Amino acid sequence: MDNIAGSKSSLSWAVHISLALLVALWLFPTVGLLVSSFRTSDQIATSGWWASMFAQEQNLTLRTSDPDDTRVERDGMFVVEGQLFEGDVPDISVWGVNSREIDAYFPGDTADLGDGETFTLNADGTYIWTGNEDQISGRGQRAFVTAETPPEFTTQNYQNVLFDPSNREGMAKAFFNTLTVTIPATIIPILVAAFAAYALAWMDFPGRALLIAAVVGLLVVPLQLALIPLLKFHNEIGIGKGYIGVWMAHTGFGLPLAIYLLRNYMVGLPRDIIENAKVDGATDFQIFVKIILPLSFPALASFAIFQFLWTWNDLLVALVFLIDSSGETTVMTKQIVELLGTRGGNWEILATSAFVSIAVPLMVFFLMQKYLVRGLLAGSVK
Amino acid sequence: MHPALQGLLTIVIGVGGCVGYFYFSNQILDKVIFPARGENAGRNINRANMVRPWLFLLPALIALGLYLAYPVFETLRLSLTDRDADGAFVGLANYRQMLDEPKFWEALQNNMLWLIVVPAASTAFGLLAAQLSDRIKWGNIAKSLIFMPMAISFVGAAVIWKLVYDTRPIEQDQIGVLNAVWLLFDEGSIWSTIFLTILPILFLAVFAIVVALIGWLFVKPMFRSAEKIGAATIPLRLLVAAGGAWLIWESVTSIIGIAGADLPYGEPQTWLTIPFWNNFFLMVVLVWIQTGFAMVILSAALRGIPEETIEAAIVDGANPFQVFFKIKVPQIMGTIVVVWTTITIVVLKVFDIVFAMTNGQWETQVLANYMYDKLFRANDWGVGSASAMVIMLLVTPILVWNVYNARKEMR
Repeated sequence: MDNIAGSKSSLSWAVHISLALLVALWLFPTVGLLVSSFRTSDQIATSGWWASMFAQEQNLTLRTSDPDDTRVERDGMFVVEGQLFEGDVPDISVWGVNSREIDAYFPGDTADLGDGETFTLNADGTYIWTGNEDQISGRGQRAFVTAETPPEFTTQNYQNVLFDPSNREGMAKAFFNTLTVTIPATIIPILVAAFAAYALAWMDFPGRALLIAAVVGLLVVPLQLALIPLLKFHNEIGIGKGYIGVWMAHTGFGLPLAIYLLRNYMVGLPRDIIENAKVDGATDFQIFVKIILPLSFPALASFAIFQFLWTWNDLLVALVFLIDSSGETTVMTKQIVELLGTRGGNWEILATSAFVSIAVPLMVFFLMQKYLVRGLLAGSVK
Repeated sequence: MHPALQGLLTIVIGVGGCVGYFYFSNQILDKVIFPARGENAGRNINRANMVRPWLFLLPALIALGLYLAYPVFETLRLSLTDRDADGAFVGLANYRQMLDEPKFWEALQNNMLWLIVVPAASTAFGLLAAQLSDRIKWGNIAKSLIFMPMAISFVGAAVIWKLVYDTRPIEQDQIGVLNAVWLLFDEGSIWSTIFLTILPILFLAVFAIVVALIGWLFVKPMFRSAEKIGAATIPLRLLVAAGGAWLIWESVTSIIGIAGADLPYGEPQTWLTIPFWNNFFLMVVLVWIQTGFAMVILSAALRGIPEETIEAAIVDGANPFQVFFKIKVPQIMGTIVVVWTTITIVVLKVFDIVFAMTNGQWETQVLANYMYDKLFRANDWGVGSASAMVIMLLVTPILVWNVYNARKEMR
């Protein structure tokens, strides 16, 4: 028995480690985008996001202030003093005054620039540059500094994408458009489906089994087939491309899953409650509103989350039924695809926009995961 | 009107309209058409109860019929007509035109590849994650993190993975993880040999063996008498065998290819433009998303396995791997099939990932994106509808299977 216990513990270590690796692998890409959205475009373009977590050695080329404006005469020499860095001063490891020898001096050393001209750089970033009138003129002295820069993050990208008044990417508008599409498209099918599901679960009528089978069949019909016929139909009845069309389309496409989920749940409700209510003289309508609907809350919540995630993340239906040539009604997914095409190199904008669009579903996901899992388990055809 | 206001109004009208419809239609039925009083009270109640289900079902039936059932037939009709010739019937001309296009065959071939790789990989990873996280303290946290990509849109996932695949010129630092890792490998070093030659070959060999085993399971009963297996299943069995043979052939040629491959070490690669392999880089995105789904379903199935069967196996001296493959997996086979078919349907509809990442360039076209191209870029409704029908045709077996199972379960 010792043997078995021993092998079990080593196996359990292997299990822990492999699971941790798997989780890390699954998380890694998303974390990359999240971290990138908090970096400046220069940072994203020059180093991998994984490097941003640690202090980085960077080679900076800096210039002193303009000597013609700031030099002062002292003991017959001209002197420029000041601070080489704007903002935080990084840890300077080595520096130089020549691009071929950028590691010639340590902080505090004084560089001899010839003919009595000297340049001193201290660890705190202050410098003293001394020389005669000719030497201390023209442009500022260049210094090549190798420094450890601490990890640095900014929320500027989010400000630019969401609140910048000029807002070239239009993400703020797209955010509200997405919300406008999503909320009615989530609520309306629930109600329609709930009544149908009740009829399919608890009312007896000829053709019921056939209808249930039809709903199961419609669950897998690809919505690609519906694009052209429905676009034609929308144009014929005069709503064309717009919110009404996209709401109706999402309602139609969401119904099979809604009916299927809700019916499966309602069938499992105790028969006694419903029969007692009937004996007490309640009508079907009353039973549905007062008993079934409150009891079905978990199933309703499951479907609402599905439909919300699906309509929020949808691209195809919005492209076909909503977005017209004016682009006023664009949604976030469409904006991001557009950004991928036109500004594929501007990772700070892309990453931030993508995260703005991902944030809401992620929040819903983590808050209501219980219902999502329950819905998935009930919704996969057994 | 401001869209938000319009949205609010729609909710009010939509919800109010639905509730109003259900309430008043029931009232009218009970009070006006078949009132439950007077001489015919009993008969009226019965009649009202016969009509009522249809009142409850009507809005849903209209929506389902108009938005899902009618389009199937309308698309079929459109695929047989020519829009430019005023919708004249042209027979199979659109299909013929489609079959002549190399882009269509490329899309079909890629779709087949997607259909094999994505469900297989997602289910395998899902099963692995479900088994590993079973009975571990932090298993639920691990599960919810692996499940998380489910909430991310395909477009968002496309951006996330584009960053992973990003390429910079050789003299700059790489900002894409894949290239950064790629540049760690040197020609001839032991790690390169292990990771880029030996492991892929092993993986492909295992894959080929598994395919061969599955194929053999299907073929073996054919050598027995025909009545036992049912003659009708023979074409299906032969189809599986042929598909298996093709997969094994592909694996063997790939193994030879890998063994003799001359890899461009030290050069950053633009991953999404390498023909054939770029398909796999796109598939990774969908596998990443769908694994969570597979894991959740399979994990629930694993929990449902009767404890006694596992205990009995352990008492009989089975090691953990035997318990997993011989006791657990056979018992959840039904669920594995469900997960597999569900993911298959997702794969058949996959559009956003290809649309956002490559738009079908560099030989990555798939059917759904091909169809979108035809419908809305080339404005060719005939061929577009024909390709939509191809997708429908591919979904049909699963549709029939699901309906069959649902009916069986209801009896």
